[in-house]
Amino acid sequence: MTSAIELVNVSKIYRRYSGRQFATLKSALLQRSILRDLRPSDTFPALSEVSFSVPTGSTFGVIGRNGSGKSTALKLIAGITKPTSGTVRVEGRISALIELGAGFHPEISGRENVYINGIMLGLTKRQIQDRFDEIVDFAELREFIDAPVKTYSSGMYMRLGFAVAIHVDPDVLLVDEVLAVGDEGFTHKCLDKFAELRRRAKTILLVTHSLGLVERFCDTAVWLDNGRVRAHGDPRRVVDAYLMDVEHSEEQLLATETAKAVEATNAPDTASQAEEAAHHPAAPAGPEPGQLMDMFRATEGRWGSRDVEITDVAFLGHNQEPSFVFHSGEPMSIRLKVRAHHGVTDFVFGVGLFNVDGVCCYGTNTYAEEMDPEHLTGDAEVTFAVDALDLVEGTYKVDVAVHKCDGVPYDYHRLLYTFRVKSRTHDVGIYRPRHRWTFSPGVQFKPHEQKPSG
Amino acid sequence: MFATLATLIRYRGLIQSLVARELKARYRGSVLGFFWSFINPLLLLLVYSFVFSTVMPNKTEGIQPYALFMFCGILPWTWFSASLTEATNSLISGGNLIKKVLFPAEILPMVSVLANMVNFLLGLFILVPGLIYYHRLHFTADLLWFPVTVLVQLVFTAGLGLILAALTVHFRDIRDLLSNLLMLWFFATPIIYSWRQENVQRYKSLFNLNPFTHIAISYQEILFFGPVGHWKWLLALGAASVVLFLAGYWLFDRLRDSFAEAV
Repeated sequence: MTSAIELVNVSKIYRRYSGRQFATLKSALLQRSILRDLRPSDTFPALSEVSFSVPTGSTFGVIGRNGSGKSTALKLIAGITKPTSGTVRVEGRISALIELGAGFHPEISGRENVYINGIMLGLTKRQIQDRFDEIVDFAELREFIDAPVKTYSSGMYMRLGFAVAIHVDPDVLLVDEVLAVGDEGFTHKCLDKFAELRRRAKTILLVTHSLGLVERFCDTAVWLDNGRVRAHGDPRRVVDAYLMDVEHSEEQLLATETAKAVEATNAPDTASQAEEAAHHPAAPAGPEPGQLMDMFRATEGRWGSRDVEITDVAFLGHNQEPSFVFHSGEPMSIRLKVRAHHGVTDFVFGVGLFNVDGVCCYGTNTYAEEMDPEHLTGDAEVTFAVDALDLVEGTYKVDVAVHKCDGVPYDYHRLLYTFRVKSRTHDVGIYRPRHRWTFSPGVQFKPHEQKPSG
Repeated sequence: MFATLATLIRYRGLIQSLVARELKARYRGSVLGFFWSFINPLLLLLVYSFVFSTVMPNKTEGIQPYALFMFCGILPWTWFSASLTEATNSLISGGNLIKKVLFPAEILPMVSVLANMVNFLLGLFILVPGLIYYHRLHFTADLLWFPVTVLVQLVFTAGLGLILAALTVHFRDIRDLLSNLLMLWFFATPIIYSWRQENVQRYKSLFNLNPFTHIAISYQEILFFGPVGHWKWLLALGAASVVLFLAGYWLFDRLRDSFAEAV
């Protein structure tokens, strides 16, 4: 199979010109620095040694974080910028959906802009005439086509830009995250158009953050990270590798955040402790001792007498490894390390899970579950294990506490710990009941679109 | 470089429609629309005629009617100065195109020069009837020099425009320098005074250094004075303009890759 796009050892080094934003000719002449000012003062590698090729007629996805070099790669392929080293080879006519309607002139009508934009993209006047109706219908702008473009809404503007670009009938179509331009209906139309181009064996290169689109649409994918190719090949595998990495870095972020939150409240005499003094008498005055009263305090913090201290909190995944990111449906446990400075006989362990809106998704304690405390001394471990974490995707904050049966806290950690739940299913809510769908024989679904739930 | 120069020819359809767009957009939204291209020079001519025949009459021998004489130089000068001003800005205001569309950037300064050329040619529709009315225009073979002069001016302006456009991307103050420089240049060129005046002839060698002198004189000789005697200078300037254009194009080509990043 021949390749439509081929990048061989492509590097792109962006130049940054002098410290200020723009040099002036005056200073350049006065300081005799005209050559120096034209020379870059600083460089920034956007792509380094990137090689990949896209077979003719295939759909190719490029994924990666912001700033990983995706758009630079696209601009290189489109020929808008030149690589610093390496070669970029593209077969056939390119149309780049990078910024839609980039060449529109606001003062003149949509009709004239279609012509000029089309010519800019490499069509002849005759070709545009032939496709004009199709373009206008695609953009759904028939009644506004003779109005100046400056009167268009941004959606109309984008639709017209998209319609022109897609009707150029390119051999190679470059798409940069432009599917977000229209409403649902228009997005579907765009996807249909892509599918049509695919059927006609055109090459499509898709730069996107929509991983589902890559999995559904692409034959091959590449993952760029810091200007380098991290993975290349089967889209499902590449997307998985990418997600793993995103999880990993999220985990690191959550770990540092948690460490910071715990750190902030560990110092004695913090505001939360002063606050605690005010709060403290109220706790036992609650209607029922041992209730999960404290859970409804909004701000994070830590308070309590510290007769029993929670020294460490960890979230464990299925292999008992500490983690901060879990998949919906996986087992997860919260492990507390506690230290009783002297033996106590009145203790309750509690945990509470909150979502980002501050809604308590679940809260329980050993008292509520009718466990009668007998004795606690020295160092101990307490584990709250969930067999299947049936939560929807999102970030969750955790309360952990050890307190007396009447609610007087030994050590209360309010919203100090954070973990994240990932899910491939885009369901919503605060809790995912275990469920399955059943259908009578009249209801049929395509077999392959079935997504793994959980 | 010559390969990229060929893109200019390949993109002539685009240049054409961009020039048309430029002209259309300029007067879009005004009641008289395209007629402004004629009304502007007409009003200018009428004002000059009134001022220089009634308010402060200019009776200099040989350049009567003075307003028409002056107009012969002002029309091409307007083309020249407006082209340079717009070309200087063209890459920055067209930044969107350079950054987002595969687009040969040299088209932008070219469009500025060509759009103003069209305006210049439209201005002739006002100037020429005036010249005919006062029997200043002579229908001889000398008129064939007119297209040559236009061509020389076109190449000269385009060359300068390319250089200015490319450098302005990096040195933004060129815009301000240019407007002052053009003002000086205007008075240093025999446009509102005649080349044939004695006190001008005394500094002849200095005036010869100013390229636009030769363009202005050529227009004046072709349209106003009669026999064309300045053609050697014009052809020399033509040759120099081609060199200037190639040099400008070379510079533009060298700096091309920095445009998408620096605009």
